[in-house]
Amino acid sequence: MKIAVCVKQIPDPATPYELDAESHLVVRPQDQVLDDTDRYGVEVGLQLAEANEGTVTLFSMSPSGSLQGIRQALAMGADKAVLIDDQALRGSAALTTARVLAAAIEREGFDLVIAGTESTDGYTGVVPQQIAEILDVPALSFARRVEAGDGKVTIERQTATGYDVVESPLPAVLAVTAGSVEPRYPTFKGIMQAKQKPIDNLTAGDLGFGDDDVGIAGSGQSITAVAPIAGRQAGEIIEDDGEAHLRIVALLEETKVI
Amino acid sequence: MSTPIKPGGEYRGDFLEVDAMLDDEERLIRDTVRAFVADRVLPDIADWFAQGTIPVELAKEMGAMGLLGMHLNGYGTAGTNAVSYGLACRELEAGDSGVRSFVSVQGSLAMYPIWAFGSEEQKQRWLPPMASGEIIGCFGLTEADAGSDPEAMKTSARQDGSDWVIDGTKMWITNGGIAGVAIIWAHTENGIRGFIVPTDTPGFSTSDIRYKMSLRASVTSELVLDGVRVPGDAILPDVVGLKGPLSCLNEARLGIVFGSTGAARACYEAALSYSKERVQFGRPIASFQLTQRKLVEMMVKVNQATLLAMHLGRKRDAGTLTAQQVSFGKMVNVRSALEVAREARSVLGANGITLEYPVIRHMNNLESVYTYEGTNEIHILVLGEAITGISAFQ
Ligand SMILES: Cc1cc2nc3c(=O)[nH]c(=O)nc-3n(C[C@H](O)[C@H](O)[C@H](O)COP(=O)(O)OP(=O)(O)OC[C@H]3O[C@@H](n4cnc5c(N)ncnc54)[C@H](O)[C@@H]3O)c2cc1C
Ligand SMILES: Cc1cc2nc3c(=O)[nH]c(=O)nc-3n(C[C@H](O)[C@H](O)[C@H](O)COP(=O)(O)OP(=O)(O)OC[C@H]3O[C@@H](n4cnc5c(N)ncnc54)[C@H](O)[C@@H]3O)c2cc1C
Repeated sequence: MKIAVCVKQIPDPATPYELDAESHLVVRPQDQVLDDTDRYGVEVGLQLAEANEGTVTLFSMSPSGSLQGIRQALAMGADKAVLIDDQALRGSAALTTARVLAAAIEREGFDLVIAGTESTDGYTGVVPQQIAEILDVPALSFARRVEAGDGKVTIERQTATGYDVVESPLPAVLAVTAGSVEPRYPTFKGIMQAKQKPIDNLTAGDLGFGDDDVGIAGSGQSITAVAPIAGRQAGEIIEDDGEAHLRIVALLEETKVI
Repeated sequence: MSTPIKPGGEYRGDFLEVDAMLDDEERLIRDTVRAFVADRVLPDIADWFAQGTIPVELAKEMGAMGLLGMHLNGYGTAGTNAVSYGLACRELEAGDSGVRSFVSVQGSLAMYPIWAFGSEEQKQRWLPPMASGEIIGCFGLTEADAGSDPEAMKTSARQDGSDWVIDGTKMWITNGGIAGVAIIWAHTENGIRGFIVPTDTPGFSTSDIRYKMSLRASVTSELVLDGVRVPGDAILPDVVGLKGPLSCLNEARLGIVFGSTGAARACYEAALSYSKERVQFGRPIASFQLTQRKLVEMMVKVNQATLLAMHLGRKRDAGTLTAQQVSFGKMVNVRSALEVAREARSVLGANGITLEYPVIRHMNNLESVYTYEGTNEIHILVLGEAITGISAFQ
């Protein structure tokens, strides 16, 4: 089974994000880390590969020159990676991201594509479904337990009240939820071997995209201005003089919560 | 000199950006151990410390990751460089010195002598299960009456036919009570020798030391060897004399040079965040000049120690590190970590004496680190001898 796992490299969430004054885009530092939510996708991919004698290929688009996040996923046990790293991709919107990833995945061949439900830095939550549409295969979202084999994939899809069991023929695209599995720590041996694992470097051009198809030009939109969000206002403290509950109920009614 | 000095930005703990010197592999090892500590150590460490325990399951988890004997190579070990080993120790000790001690003893004091001085059969038999954490090892050098002066040890081994028979009592032995194998150093007719002793050998018994106020999340034990008979092939063939145990200690000390910076960093970070939130006289205490001075002194010490550790680690990997340079690092980094811990303790006021915050735990732990693997004083004397050429030991 050929398993493709989408992994996004993002600026370290522990450090403050910086916006470029002109383009208003997040400045992507040289050292980007693996998006934590994608560790779940990698784990699901590795477990399915172990159960089905499969291979796990990582796909990542990141115009930054960073390899660190990909190495982390390789260290967890993925077999190889395809990195689409090209300055022309800077400022790409979600749909462009999906087009580029889908083209790379299609070129490599796949039985199953796994992505996260939403990324930590962009969180549009649409890329996996867009990839499925472009590849013309079913999309299964909010997957927690996943089983695959015999030409089909079965998941438990997280719902507000519980889960649905959803089944689909392969090939298909899965978006897994964070917390679906316990991602393994990379082993030190895995970390040392990651350097030897193949990483294919592609440009947008290699996948048949022209400069105007991708990046800011291809997104069909532009960010005209950014403004800081208003600071949170101090809450109201209600001293309990025995009647506090009445005031709280009144407040909840005022805000139409109840 | 092409770009000008930058005006500055937002500063975190790593003020001098020492970790920018790391390569991708080292950074991943650092992050992996940091995540492990956040997931598996920090949530429970206050309880382990209070109860005086460390769960033995941790050994296998650490083994699976590759932490045990990571800087050796072959025989199931990860084979990383020394800087990576140091970074792992740093992140473990930012959790707790007891957890770091476990790893130091297993890798540098129990596995290292087998790896460096053992026969091929000994390596094949012992190293893989020790690397995976299935077998825990300990290192028996110190005795009640032979601490800084290990030559004064009473434990002895005599040959009886093809066997060796060992008698003696070892004291203050980390992991002793949970070990499956002990490296025992003993006098023989021709000098001090090391023996690999399975702890289920008849005549071998242990009792754990209770009522410790330091390194509580670590087992410290007395080992009693009463006519312990081991076969002839239990002796480490390739080393005679004190240089055997001392070379193990040098390996472990590099881990302490790094490790102590982790404990110091954790204390500094706790003090920094506390001081920004704690309001007295209508202002955060971080706004008082006296507190800022404390914070700056701590930050500078943590950064200096981290730089020193990196320098010594890089020298170790380049093969140019000397034992005296390791003494330099052990002496000054542990001392400075202890100073940081005490300063941080004062910033936290009354909260600083509780286990709700990590500071007093680190502070108490560092008292052990100050004493074991060569006391602070002994390392001063090593350096004194190195620069004057005169030994002040006797
Ligand atoms: C209005 C607008 C403004 C934008 N501003 C910026 C900006 O300031 N700076 C900037 O850098 N980008 C910007 N972008 C681009 C955007 O944030 C992402 O690059 C892209 O849209 C991916 O979306 P996401 O991260 O929200 O994906 P989601 O749909 O939330 O991600 C779901 C999953 O898809 C996969 N995935 C997503 N992206 C990738 C990837 N690149 N490689 C591999 N797998 C991936 C991962 O598995 C992920 O868990 C902007 C886009 C728009 C539309
Ligand atoms: C928690 C813990 C774990 C340990 N784990 C191990 C272990 O796993 N294996 C092991 O073998 N040992 C272990 N030890 C023992 C440790 O290495 C010794 O405690 C240490 O070597 C000091 O010996 P001592 O306690 O007998 O002190 P002493 O040697 O009696 O020293 C007492 C004081 O006298 C000073 N002093 C001694 N000689 C001189 C001198 N010539 N000049 C100036 N000052 C001097 C010392 O610096 C110290 O301040 C451990 C100790 C502790 C606390």
